[in-house]
Amino acid sequence: MRTLHRHAPGTALAFTAALALSACAGSAGEPAEGGSTSSASAEPVRGGDLAFAITVDSKCVDPQQVGNNDAIAIARQTVASLTAQNPESGEIVPWLAESWEVNDDASQFTFHLVDGATYADGTPIDAASVKTNFEAIVALGAKASLGSTYLVDLESVTTPDPTTVVVDFSAPSAQFLQATSTFSLGLLSPASAALSVEDRCAGKFDGSGPFVVQEYTVDQRAVLARRDGYTWGAAGASSHTGEAYLDTVTFTVIPEAGVRAGSLASGQIDATAAIGTADLPQFDGNGFWLAYRANPGVVFNLYPNESRPLLADERVRVAVLKGIDREEVTGTVLTPLDEPASAALAHTTPLYDGLDELLAYDPEGAKELLEEAGWVEGPDGIRVKDGQPLSTEVTFWQVKDPLELVQQQLRQIGFDLRLHQVTIAEATAASADGEYDFSYGNLTRSDPDILRNLFSVNARNTNKRAAEPVDQLLDAQAAAVDPAERQRLVTEASRLLLEKAHSIPVVELSTTIAAADTVHDLKFEASTRLDFYDAWVSQP
Amino acid sequence: MTRYVLRRLAQGAVVLWAAFTVTFAILYLLPSDPVELMASGGGEQSVIDPALLAELRAEHGLDRPPLAQYLHALGGAARLDFGRSYQSDAPATSLILDVLPQTLQLTVAGLALSVLLGVGLAVASTYPRTRWLRHALAALPPLGVSLPVFWVGLMLVQVFSFQWRLFPAIGNDGLASLVLPAVALALPTSASIAQLLARSLRQTLAEPYIETARAKGTGRARVHFRHALRNASIPALTVLGVSVGQLLSGAVVTETVFSRVGLGRLTISAVNTQDIPVVMAVVVFSALVFVVVALAVDLLYPLVDPRISLRRAPVAA
Repeated sequence: MRTLHRHAPGTALAFTAALALSACAGSAGEPAEGGSTSSASAEPVRGGDLAFAITVDSKCVDPQQVGNNDAIAIARQTVASLTAQNPESGEIVPWLAESWEVNDDASQFTFHLVDGATYADGTPIDAASVKTNFEAIVALGAKASLGSTYLVDLESVTTPDPTTVVVDFSAPSAQFLQATSTFSLGLLSPASAALSVEDRCAGKFDGSGPFVVQEYTVDQRAVLARRDGYTWGAAGASSHTGEAYLDTVTFTVIPEAGVRAGSLASGQIDATAAIGTADLPQFDGNGFWLAYRANPGVVFNLYPNESRPLLADERVRVAVLKGIDREEVTGTVLTPLDEPASAALAHTTPLYDGLDELLAYDPEGAKELLEEAGWVEGPDGIRVKDGQPLSTEVTFWQVKDPLELVQQQLRQIGFDLRLHQVTIAEATAASADGEYDFSYGNLTRSDPDILRNLFSVNARNTNKRAAEPVDQLLDAQAAAVDPAERQRLVTEASRLLLEKAHSIPVVELSTTIAAADTVHDLKFEASTRLDFYDAWVSQP
Repeated sequence: MTRYVLRRLAQGAVVLWAAFTVTFAILYLLPSDPVELMASGGGEQSVIDPALLAELRAEHGLDRPPLAQYLHALGGAARLDFGRSYQSDAPATSLILDVLPQTLQLTVAGLALSVLLGVGLAVASTYPRTRWLRHALAALPPLGVSLPVFWVGLMLVQVFSFQWRLFPAIGNDGLASLVLPAVALALPTSASIAQLLARSLRQTLAEPYIETARAKGTGRARVHFRHALRNASIPALTVLGVSVGQLLSGAVVTETVFSRVGLGRLTISAVNTQDIPVVMAVVVFSALVFVVVALAVDLLYPLVDPRISLRRAPVAA
């Protein structure tokens, strides 16, 4: 974020990180994000309530289970994690662990816990409780929709002494250090781990974070209250370390977009991160401010299913990649704040490297490739080969506008992209069953390992393809402890993904906070999740 | 009378079973997988281990053959146990019971308001001696019927909440928050009641027995309210029964526009997330409401109009 909340990257912190996931120079930290602003420099005031609107209730606020952005906004505030991630630099910094070591192939992680931190029920945050948490997440299985993917290959958690936790994996897991900074591996009291799934979802757990769940009514609201005695804020990721400033945060579910905008404008709520593109300008100034950040992870992509004959042809895939004018997509159907994709990873992801040269709009080059592949111009502008038209389908559930523009652009090179918009349920099923030509979507994660999760033949294999050199690179970065080495592997893999057009990036997903001028320091954390810890409200 | 009620109850049970079975078949045939959906974070691509998904599928019994799933679900439903929500792991029945009071408040308020407005407008458009006034008022119901609840709701929020700030736009807190949604819900329903009742009133007022009453010197008001209205209200009563269904489905829209907790919102989220136990419970519950209301309306007819009898024609001795 350009204006509002800036930390000096690399705040003088004596952290003994054996593995520092620092972002490469001039990438994640640059002020590409922007937005208008409120008076930022004022002294925080303690007290008050912040009313925040969300769009949907997921019937669950358990940080170890939730996966939906709105539920995450609530759950994130209720737990502290072993580490935190600096949103400016992407660096992993101490939180509940004051230091840590990682072995040579990133399969063993040793954490040293801070003294004096407690769960909301008063029990100390010790090594045994961390072990209980990780084992409980594994036991949740697929219900821990994110956490279970971070703990794949977990072999054992041992506790040599009350402040030391050793986590062993059966395979290299460089992503695990960043994972310990997420809410998904946030810590709940050992008693909470024993609760039923239902009670945990209903918010009856005791967390370790700056807020506790005071009230949760499904489909209506969740009220978080300040946790008294919280003194273990992450200095490297927030601007203070003591108790939160707000007395309460009230999350109200407002499903209707027009009502959300009206409620913000009329002062019935203080802030929201769900204002539609068309309504945003009225909150730029006029007593309001906007803050914008791209979600790290894999950007919105067209994922070719390469088990289909047409998309098995690399020339056809590369032609599609070259035939998309990304600047036009952000310039016409999105907001001026949105960024065109410049790699498979969003520019806010650690170890991101811009590969714009591979994503240049090149309709002539695309046409040449299609000619070369035997697709000649047909009577209606769509290319044909052996009597077959050059026509495929993309299955998706997201907003249609960007893909409609892509459809028009691809028509210019004689490629017919049919839009098959379905419900989330159907799109998810089609994606799982491999029943698509192209699928479409993004994946938020502030660690480049997400590329391996999605593209490697040894993981999700979203392209349904056979093994290639890129898979070795993707798997190798998971074992790379040296940041420079991991950077090299990630960049090389990203480059190959684009050169072979396994990944056809379109635009970055972004989140925009719209808030009244009375709201201050409501921020994004490194994964572009909302962070209410530093937030405070002033009297109008 | 008792036999009639028993027969109707038996029919009702068949309706419930049919609703259950058809819904189950539709949900089963849908090309989507609730377990995949649970594992995807709000529709982002999922990278979860397929083995974990298989475990979850087994936990919810989704790996069994469809007939076994159906019989198991039917057996549970007969005991009012629809299983646990995939989303929150809470029993589906208790999810419904939790939000039912909110929807009931809204529906009852909406129903009362529609009857009040509907009957009022029907009388107002037939009673006055002034011809143009009667005609002007009679033109209102068709207008009201064609207003979508969604649009009415948004207009009410814009004007009364965002502009004039008289009522809250969102939430379930107290009477003030009930006013706008109840009005939004009542407007279209009251219009259809007014339309039917007014037509029926005009017909009844043209009947010979009204002439007779007038000839005997009965006053205009007495003829209108005592002699005509009661007889004219039978078709409106039938519409009222149907309206309860309309109001329940209207609640889906109203609760969304006004951000209210209730059965409507529960239904939407259950359908969107393929939360099969909750969807089944909602469908069976709604069918139950229909059956009960239809029976209640039928039992009311003879009370309103003694010429209607629920007994079969007496066999000639």
